[in-house]
Amino acid sequence: MGKIAIEDLAKIQEAARYKIALRQGAGRVRINVHMGTCGIAAGARGILTAVMKEIEARNLHDVIITNSGCAGLCSQEPMMTIEVLGEPAPVKYVLLTPEKITKIIDMHVLKGQVVKECALALGSERTR
Amino acid sequence: MAYRTYLMVCAGTGCVANQSMKIKDKLESEIRKRGLQDEVSVVTTGCNGFCAVGPLMVVQPDGIFYQLLKETDIPFLVEEHFVKGRLVKELLYTPPREKAPIPKMSDIPFFADQTLIVLRNRGLINPENIDEYIARGGYQALAKVLTLMTPDQVIQEIKASGLRGRGGGGFPTGIKWETCKNVPSDTHYVICNADEGDPGAFMDRSTIESDPHAVIEGMLIGAYAIGSREGYVYIRNEYPIALERLQVAIKQAREYGLLGQKIFNKDFDFEIRIVRGAGAFVCGESTALMASIEGRPGEPRAKYVHTVERGLWDKPTCLNNVETWANVPQIIEKGAGWFSSIGTGDVTSDAWGGSKGTKVFSLAGKVNNTGLIEVPMGITLRKIIFDIGGGIKDGKKFKAVQTGGPSGGFIPESLLDLPVDYEELTKVGSMMGSGGMVVADENNCMVDMAKYFLAFTQAESCGKCVPCREGTKRMLDILEKITVGKGTEEDLVLLEELSNMVVESSLCALGGSAPNPVLTTLKYFREEYEAHVKDKHCPGHSCRELIQYIIDPELCLGKGHGCHVCAKNCPDGAIVGETKQVHTIDVMKCGKCGICYDVCKFDAIHIE
Amino acid sequence: MDAQAVETILQNHPKDPSSIIQVLLDIQNELYYLPREVLEHVSKSLNVPLSRTYSLATFYKAFSLKPKGKYPIAVCTGTACHVQGAVRILEQIERELSIKEGETTPDKKFSVETVRCLGCCGLAPVVTVGKNLHGKVPMAKVSKILKQY
Ligand SMILES: Cc1cc2nc3c(=O)[nH]c(=O)nc-3n(C[C@H](O)[C@H](O)[C@H](O)COP(=O)(O)O)c2cc1C
Ligand code: FES
Repeated sequence: MGKIAIEDLAKIQEAARYKIALRQGAGRVRINVHMGTCGIAAGARGILTAVMKEIEARNLHDVIITNSGCAGLCSQEPMMTIEVLGEPAPVKYVLLTPEKITKIIDMHVLKGQVVKECALALGSERTR
Repeated sequence: MAYRTYLMVCAGTGCVANQSMKIKDKLESEIRKRGLQDEVSVVTTGCNGFCAVGPLMVVQPDGIFYQLLKETDIPFLVEEHFVKGRLVKELLYTPPREKAPIPKMSDIPFFADQTLIVLRNRGLINPENIDEYIARGGYQALAKVLTLMTPDQVIQEIKASGLRGRGGGGFPTGIKWETCKNVPSDTHYVICNADEGDPGAFMDRSTIESDPHAVIEGMLIGAYAIGSREGYVYIRNEYPIALERLQVAIKQAREYGLLGQKIFNKDFDFEIRIVRGAGAFVCGESTALMASIEGRPGEPRAKYVHTVERGLWDKPTCLNNVETWANVPQIIEKGAGWFSSIGTGDVTSDAWGGSKGTKVFSLAGKVNNTGLIEVPMGITLRKIIFDIGGGIKDGKKFKAVQTGGPSGGFIPESLLDLPVDYEELTKVGSMMGSGGMVVADENNCMVDMAKYFLAFTQAESCGKCVPCREGTKRMLDILEKITVGKGTEEDLVLLEELSNMVVESSLCALGGSAPNPVLTTLKYFREEYEAHVKDKHCPGHSCRELIQYIIDPELCLGKGHGCHVCAKNCPDGAIVGETKQVHTIDVMKCGKCGICYDVCKFDAIHIE
Repeated sequence: MDAQAVETILQNHPKDPSSIIQVLLDIQNELYYLPREVLEHVSKSLNVPLSRTYSLATFYKAFSLKPKGKYPIAVCTGTACHVQGAVRILEQIERELSIKEGETTPDKKFSVETVRCLGCCGLAPVVTVGKNLHGKVPMAKVSKILKQY
């Protein structure tokens, strides 16, 4: 890139912001994919990739994706927990597939509506 | 490309010296081995600050802090944390005297009590990538001044913020800029002083290493305000990493047209050149520094004409310290009111009326958490040393803290509740200095410490003026005499007299402040001087001529079973005894090197 | 002598008397000392009197007029290292190598000098050997460190 103008600062900022925001640990939504041995065996890695792809495709800058160990409910894997800032409790989604991910991101992350048919139960321990 | 996890590996000088680059390579290869390279990214950052526990890394976005890493830890760490999602407890930080580790960086007291302005980007951005600086709001302040502010408005803003020089003297920055600007001339220079001469300080190095663009942006804003088109960074030759990062940063800024001609298409040109120092403390002094840039020996001149009027190549020149420059973009962006709400005093009517903003200190010596810290002005020394610093190493007793380097002084326990503030520190005989803070414990001898600093300034005296060249030499002679047990009470009187003479009559501030370590130790630790002089005893057990090493026979045999390790290590063959027997030291042969004291695992060796 | 290296360094800087310190620094980093012929050559090229070049070479601590060993050892004697016993580390090195500060071993392998603060005070006491930095050096480990070279 050659010489930049003042307007370019905002563009560069936008392009790198997601990356930096993650490093600062800031974010509106936190998606935690459970990746214990059991989760991975059940396909959690594919779920994680799907989540990352969906987030990137929608150009979301305020979502943090992390992973954690087994959530203790191996029969329902792959699982993930979504926490949205301001919502009363985190939601655990179970028996995930890439198709379900698309729906959950659209409904829950973007519109704030819990996808009841995929959710295990409302309310569980917070991860932060 | 975004990743789910970022591993922020510290690549500051301290961690690099501890092989952090090997850790980085190993992390990358282990991540690749497990096919995680599209999820996990390894980023090298500038100094994280907590040098005591390096090599270290922070896992983001969770903020998990891993420390004291070894290459052999990495496969397990990657497997556990990034594949299985479990924390590796053994590699987390555990505060001294506690059992439970603290996983999150923000919960560790060392970080929790700090306020970051100058170091706000440390550990967050890759210093060699200008985009990441811009992503954190970088160069917005420059855009603001070029589009919305006149040079005078910039100067008013800096004045109102109460920013004062961080290089030692604490001169109000806005006033310096204004004076320089008002000198009519075809050329004005701005200079960044990155000479960092204080032995035992590394704030400026770390600032440049972790956020070089902040310094460049600060200089750009200053240049615009003063009307300068040319700037210099005078940097110590001993800092290869900082030098390289600065070169990279300048190159990137140039590519973006942030240095050069018509910056942001405005009528503003500015270029920065790097000049390396060649190892002379006195070159931190403004006139000597400018002489050195001109290619001459760094000898100060008398300042009846100030450098803001006639400095580099006799042109008006504005010299500021690295940290001073790095504060500037933040002040412009967030406003003078925000900046002056942090700190002590009131600067609205009197520019010297308070200390505003934060100060970066390099905390070293006998504290548990050595490293780089940034704290709000007005914080107490006690909080710095005992909360952030985690107290004294090995459960020893605190004796003194030294601020201001060779020009500063020692502050005793009774004054630990003193707030960090330019005037308060000067009042007790020390000074803010550039930010060195070295802690001494009960095993340090205050006479020896005074001698140490005086030997330093004596060697660094450029030799131009007599009081500094000869005065410090005579003072050093006296201190030498005292530490070998030959001092008299008259010597103490003479030492004090000489000190005051050197303070008053030296040409530059090097001589003018060199006696401070002596004067403060005489004031607060006079009993230690008297013990050396009257009882020929060194309370810190450190002056070689006044101590003796002896072996406690009960511990030697009872606990150590006559392990013989001391005898094996003794270079003088002064330790007699066979394995499983009591050992003794032959005082006639003992060269008092102290290696036996170091190697004895049973604390059987005492100093008397 | 590395006339070529010196020539390259000279070309990297503006041909102006004010470049002299920067040129000498580069030469020092390359050759580890400043031979007399080089000083004369540089003086002539940059149009600086030899007496001035000599005074620079002796004023600044970074310059050395004597050749150093293959592995120059620098013991940090900055404040943080001082309070952690840097002097005793220095003495131990001097004893191990049977030379004093400022000297070079007869086999030209090591030379010993002191420096003021390498900027990693958290690792005190600090010693550099060649380009390697050793931190938190215990006295008893000195001989082991030297044996690595
Ligand atoms: C002997 C001596 C050494 C100095 N060393 C330094 C130094 O290493 N770094 C520094 O910034 N200022 C140093 N100073 C202070 C500078 O002369 C100057 O006041 C300062 O760089 C101005 O910048 P500031 O107003 O931003 O603090 C030193 C002064 C003296 C007398
Ligand atoms: S005092 Fe030795 S590295 Fe700073």
